[in-house]
Amino acid sequence: MHPSTREITQRTPAQESLIKELRALLPVTAVLTDPEDLRPFECDGLSVYRRLPLVVVLPDTIEQVQAIMQLCHKLNIAVVARGTGTGLSGGALPLGDGVLLSLARFKRILNIDPLNAMATVQPGVRNLAISEAAAAHGMYYAPDPSSQIACTIGGNVAENSGGVHCLKYGLTVHNVLMLKIITIEGEFLTIGAETLDAPGYDVLALMSGSEGMLGIIVEVTVKLLARPERAQVVLAAFDDVVKAGEAVGSIIAAGIIPAGLEMMDRLAIQAAEDFAHAGYPRHAEAILLCELDGSNAEVSEHIMTACKLLTECGATEVRTATDEAERQLLWKGRKSAFPAVGRISPDYYCMDGTIPRRQLPHVLKQMSQWSAEYGLPVANVFHAGDGNLHPLILFDANKPGELARTEEFGRRILKLCVEAGGTITGEHGVGMEKIDQMCIQFQSAELSQFHAVKAAFDPLGLLNPGKAVPTLHRCAEFGAMHVHHGELRHPELERF
Amino acid sequence: MTESHDSLTPHNNVAKDNRAALQQQVMDAIDTRTPLNICGNNTKSFLGRASQGETLSLAEHRGIIEYDPRELVLTARTGTPLTEIEATLAEAAQMLAFEPPHFGDGATLGGTIACGLSGPRRPYAGAARDAVLGCQIINGRGEHLRFGGQVMKNVAGYDVSRLMVGAFGTLGVLLEVSLKVLPRPAASLTLIQECPQNEAIQRMSHLLSQPVPVDAACYHAGHCYLRIAGSEQAVRHAQKQLGGEPLKDSISFWHSLREHQLHFFLSDKPLYRVVVKPATPALNIAGEWLLDWGGAQRWLASDEPQALIREQVSATGGHVTLLRAGAQADVVFTPLSPAMLHLHQRLKNSFDPHRIFNPDRMYAGL
Repeated sequence: MHPSTREITQRTPAQESLIKELRALLPVTAVLTDPEDLRPFECDGLSVYRRLPLVVVLPDTIEQVQAIMQLCHKLNIAVVARGTGTGLSGGALPLGDGVLLSLARFKRILNIDPLNAMATVQPGVRNLAISEAAAAHGMYYAPDPSSQIACTIGGNVAENSGGVHCLKYGLTVHNVLMLKIITIEGEFLTIGAETLDAPGYDVLALMSGSEGMLGIIVEVTVKLLARPERAQVVLAAFDDVVKAGEAVGSIIAAGIIPAGLEMMDRLAIQAAEDFAHAGYPRHAEAILLCELDGSNAEVSEHIMTACKLLTECGATEVRTATDEAERQLLWKGRKSAFPAVGRISPDYYCMDGTIPRRQLPHVLKQMSQWSAEYGLPVANVFHAGDGNLHPLILFDANKPGELARTEEFGRRILKLCVEAGGTITGEHGVGMEKIDQMCIQFQSAELSQFHAVKAAFDPLGLLNPGKAVPTLHRCAEFGAMHVHHGELRHPELERF
Repeated sequence: MTESHDSLTPHNNVAKDNRAALQQQVMDAIDTRTPLNICGNNTKSFLGRASQGETLSLAEHRGIIEYDPRELVLTARTGTPLTEIEATLAEAAQMLAFEPPHFGDGATLGGTIACGLSGPRRPYAGAARDAVLGCQIINGRGEHLRFGGQVMKNVAGYDVSRLMVGAFGTLGVLLEVSLKVLPRPAASLTLIQECPQNEAIQRMSHLLSQPVPVDAACYHAGHCYLRIAGSEQAVRHAQKQLGGEPLKDSISFWHSLREHQLHFFLSDKPLYRVVVKPATPALNIAGEWLLDWGGAQRWLASDEPQALIREQVSATGGHVTLLRAGAQADVVFTPLSPAMLHLHQRLKNSFDPHRIFNPDRMYAGL
């Protein structure tokens, strides 16, 4: 059912000629065709989807990227862009007859400008490296996806990556000022500006989260923020997940916007505790980690209020980290939740729906019912502040049929998120993985509008084809066409 | 749509869903190829190039549809007056963080979003586009479409909702918008200090890298104004750090700045909005200057030739919008490069293939 790894046996004359022309454009080490060299590029962070590309190119100048795009455009060859491949939705899955364009060699930090609170970097710069470079000026880049030590800023823009601090500091789209891109025709465009806004349409917003469908990002200018004077984390334990959810609402209703507000359920707590020894209460049904940042005085004031509210909401235990080491340890537990779950189960499947927070009790209850039905345990890690849910379905891919059952379970969860007023993906992107679920979230007229937007940038459909937005035909086959008020759009299409 | 039990009662006594009629008017306009001039209460008709076409009024399509303070999300029809939205938010001690200018009593949500207007807090809390979570529109094929949603994190599909912000209605008719809202700060104080312009620019720019709770900064008539906001303790602490004299009627000052009601804005000269990097030194263009957004948005009242102003600002990497030029000007926004204009035309065509919506309002030919 998934595209499987295949060896390259025979290339067509046209493909041979493409490779020859690429070699003429690029240094010898920048064109890979040997299956062994292609192997590291066969998948991204969602490794159930694998496919060897026809050829990998590793340019290191903008001119090279332009030349590659001009060539591919001329020869009608599809291009998939890739950073370090940490994406979780198969967005960088290569095409067997296409070019995989790696931006890994674009690794330079071009400028840190504290006076204008911005940094300009190449797309292959790691997320964390920007904050490290800005630290000398007391500044940092706010979005912090959990893969931040490895993931690149180019990929972050393409996926509109989030992190644990989104509620207060926003997603990538809120923290990028300007992009330089190469279009499918090989044209160089500047999107946005070094200023707080730019003339014309907000193409910058459109590029954020566009999953490599609209252009190749070759330079990124991000906003930098002053590092807060102090950050403090509160841990609260609950004997009931619903109570923990209500506590989140109470903190926000009190006018406090925590820098991070994370929830874990019992299975996730136990796995994380065994792995990281963070000092989590093992028998709690849920814990909340609530981080407050700002000036020293404000943090003290907010900590007192938050502790009081958490206790009033029925927390069985409330404590604050006594020092920076303990704060780091409490976060380590949360940040290692995925690998921790990976230790207690042969495989896990990470979902990424978002729901309005008030729907949490309903969604959790339904998931635990399905978990029992499928016989597949679920550990829940939840960005509680912004409603982004990461249920981890535990399974064993070696057991026949278990992957298929897991995927079916996952699809039901995403449908549930949409029905609850949320979305199928909060931060991991649609990619290859959730392409069918797009048919649940959007009607055909909306999908058609997405295709029209895509065509405005890429009329031939050569940039990352087959990802992010399904064709209407695919939705008809998937059988999940969203029917609104009984109106069926495009009645002329056959449905199976 | 469901409302949770603890939702506040919105002030929507005159709520009305006019979508069907609006959609019909759009369909008729498509059939007859009649351009539509999309309007709320005309408070922003002075922005952009001259409007043309038959009026498509959103003024009666109004009402807050959903607001739950605990979710920090408000959804309203686009004809809803901003005053109604702000009053509803204030009851729960919340606000629109981007502090939108109204430019008139009847200002609506739709006009604010379509023009992409943000007030003094913008550099510190984000712009109108940053607050937009989702929208419903009618496109130029007469289709009713929904993009984004009512949750903070949502990466399904292209971000069409934010594309609508500042598009001046040229891509579609906005029907509903969902916005992220924030708590109002518990305390706020404005500190004023006399200083020359370049010193104010340096001071405001320097504060961007400092952990101080500044949420507005401007330079006007020889004085630097810093607004600090947060918890009582945070404000008291920042006051000690920053120095300067507390300004008595600060609410009215920032309101007058936001609404262009300060004496500065009464000048007869053409008014330009100059957007530059915040640390850009004072520009050598004759006229009167007022610096908002910590130096990142500068108002210039000047009789200098428009071409000269555009050239000087472009040289710094900035851009210029002409407002209140007497008659509505031909060139209002900074011209786009040929490649960008081409992309804009293709985007326009993808939403509005018959060029029904606000044609030429942003750029000639768009």
